[in-house]
Amino acid sequence: MAAHAPTGRPNQLFRNLNAKIASIPMMLVALVIFLGGTLWTVFYSFTNSRLLPRLNFVGLDQYERLWASSRWIISIQNLAIYGILSLIFSLVIGFLLAALMDQKIRFENAFRTIFLYPFALSFIVTGLVWQWVLNPEFGIQSVIRSLGWTSFAFDPLYDPDIVIYGILIAALWQGTGLVMCLMLAGLRGIDEDIWKAARVDGIPMWKTYLLIIIPMMRPVFITTLVIIASGIVKVYDLVVAQTSGGPGNASEVPAKYVYDYMFQAQNLGQGFAASTMMLLTVAIIVVPWAYLEFGGRKRG
Amino acid sequence: MNIRAMAAAFAATVTLPFSAAYATDLEVTHWWTSGGEAAAVGELAKAFNATGNKWVDGAIAGSGSTARPIMISRITGGDPMGATQFNHGRQAEELVQEGLMRDLTAVAEKGKWKDVIKPASLLDSCTIDGKIYCAPINIHSWQWLWLSNEAFKKAGVDVPKNWNDLVAAAPALKKAGIQPLALGGQAWQANGLFDTLTISLGGKELYETVYVKKDAETAGGPEMAKIFAAAAQARDMAKGSNVQDWNQATNMVLTGKAGGQIMGDWAQGEFQIAGKKAGTDYTCLPGLGLNEYLTTGGDAFYFPLLKDEEKSKAQDILAAAIVDPKTQVAFNLKKGSLPIRSDVDLAAANDCMKKGLEILGKGNIIKSVDQLVSADTQKQKEDLMSEFFANASITPEAAQKRFADIIGSAD
Repeated sequence: MAAHAPTGRPNQLFRNLNAKIASIPMMLVALVIFLGGTLWTVFYSFTNSRLLPRLNFVGLDQYERLWASSRWIISIQNLAIYGILSLIFSLVIGFLLAALMDQKIRFENAFRTIFLYPFALSFIVTGLVWQWVLNPEFGIQSVIRSLGWTSFAFDPLYDPDIVIYGILIAALWQGTGLVMCLMLAGLRGIDEDIWKAARVDGIPMWKTYLLIIIPMMRPVFITTLVIIASGIVKVYDLVVAQTSGGPGNASEVPAKYVYDYMFQAQNLGQGFAASTMMLLTVAIIVVPWAYLEFGGRKRG
Repeated sequence: MNIRAMAAAFAATVTLPFSAAYATDLEVTHWWTSGGEAAAVGELAKAFNATGNKWVDGAIAGSGSTARPIMISRITGGDPMGATQFNHGRQAEELVQEGLMRDLTAVAEKGKWKDVIKPASLLDSCTIDGKIYCAPINIHSWQWLWLSNEAFKKAGVDVPKNWNDLVAAAPALKKAGIQPLALGGQAWQANGLFDTLTISLGGKELYETVYVKKDAETAGGPEMAKIFAAAAQARDMAKGSNVQDWNQATNMVLTGKAGGQIMGDWAQGEFQIAGKKAGTDYTCLPGLGLNEYLTTGGDAFYFPLLKDEEKSKAQDILAAAIVDPKTQVAFNLKKGSLPIRSDVDLAAANDCMKKGLEILGKGNIIKSVDQLVSADTQKQKEDLMSEFFANASITPEAAQKRFADIIGSAD
């Protein structure tokens, strides 16, 4: 074989050998830890494992129990409300802030720092800060009452019907700065000539943004979307720090259900079933989108 | 404490690098972090340090439901501590079955645990397949109503003699701007309150049919419906107590901001540390003043199996020290719980503890829910109760239906 070493076309496997060797660790991590861990979890979600994983299959029992549990239903509803609203608001507010920032204002650096600063805090700290801010006895409510409006009531964290919005406020406060920065970078990437051309044609500024600039910023929007969406699905620490799921079960989220059942209730099977459902939800949203987004480009 | 022991303890704390030859460090994890609890742990550490070893404190804040997952994942993940607290019952059951825990039978035989530990159900909960795996340290009972005498004086009503009196006094308390019932927001507190109502209002028989026989029909029946109606009353009385931790709720009673609290006897430690006197400053009603039965759950220490021989020896010493009469007295006086042996002298105990000891002496004891159902069932109950207590739109009937389902599938 050695004598007949191919000289015409190099073997595809050995092209860019250095790069391939360098990416082996990452590939192993992805395959063994991410994919392997996922498959393992899905597999064991069909067992009745308690504190320790055991191979005692019970079919779909864990899933039946999961969907019969009112706490899980509340968690899903909360995630839907939180997810949709935080997606809309962080994109809209983030873009508006970036557009305002882009008007060649004075002290832009200072403003940028102020808006981005909350992002430097972890969700735990954010949660604790807003727990105090929204506490009726120490926070906003008491400040406004001390100013004279004694009947003013604002205690979202203690009202089961609106507690999820209290969490949303904290999440937006923390995350919008980053969205603004990404958007601003996108806006700065737009060629100055496009603005000039739009001005020559007499297109009003809001129309230029809406019909020209935003479509041109599509890649930035997609990056931002992925960052926000992954933050939404895994939301956990914010809830733990702010309300620990309360009052009652009113602000529970799926990730917290998974943790609580895996470790507090010592019921791995139930926790695995819940995390598999989370994976499935993400897959249902991501797969068609990825197909349209990336599959389409290949054909075109 | 003799001089040698003092010197050893001193050496252990100061000259760390050289102390290895004399003392073994043993990390002990627990979730005792409130004022009264920390003082009690101090007694335990003192007793262990006196044996020439060193107690390395591994307190995990945030109540048992936060601490237990950390402890369990350390044990299953191959980084076991020297000893760890669990509630005796079924929390560590699978860890023992998996062979991750040290067998203490030899220590138990030497210390005659079988003869001295009363009630025997405590040791039963530590025993799996005839071997003993944990050292019980105290008896905790949930069935206590703590009342603030000051609050009732302010409202102009007599201090209640039982739960029904408190319910009757609730409007007067509310009028005086006092919260009738303090209840922390954490799920286990609502759950414990409910179980207490079951025993104290419903009696031993109802409790045992539901939690021992796990009879779903009784759980959904008319007897239990009364308990749910009472729980709905408690929900109204507790509305507005915006606190999370149990000791914050106890503090409301301590300062007269709330009329009462249903909480286990560990609340006593808080009154003790604040220098309040039973009878004049506060009143305690075991069994809510109705059915004087106490559940005998509590805390126990489990010892993970370690490879290090020195440490294993130190584990045995700690296990023996925990059951030792002197430690029992010192620890339980500070903690407000009852000792696990009846042959110790608790002359220093206050009125409330004496009431508890008396009930224990009469044999009016029941196993706690922790001992009877799995952690999974407890968690489902907690979910239900925390939802029920936080949301006034859930009717007692709807909650009872879900409760019956949980009991029906309980294990």
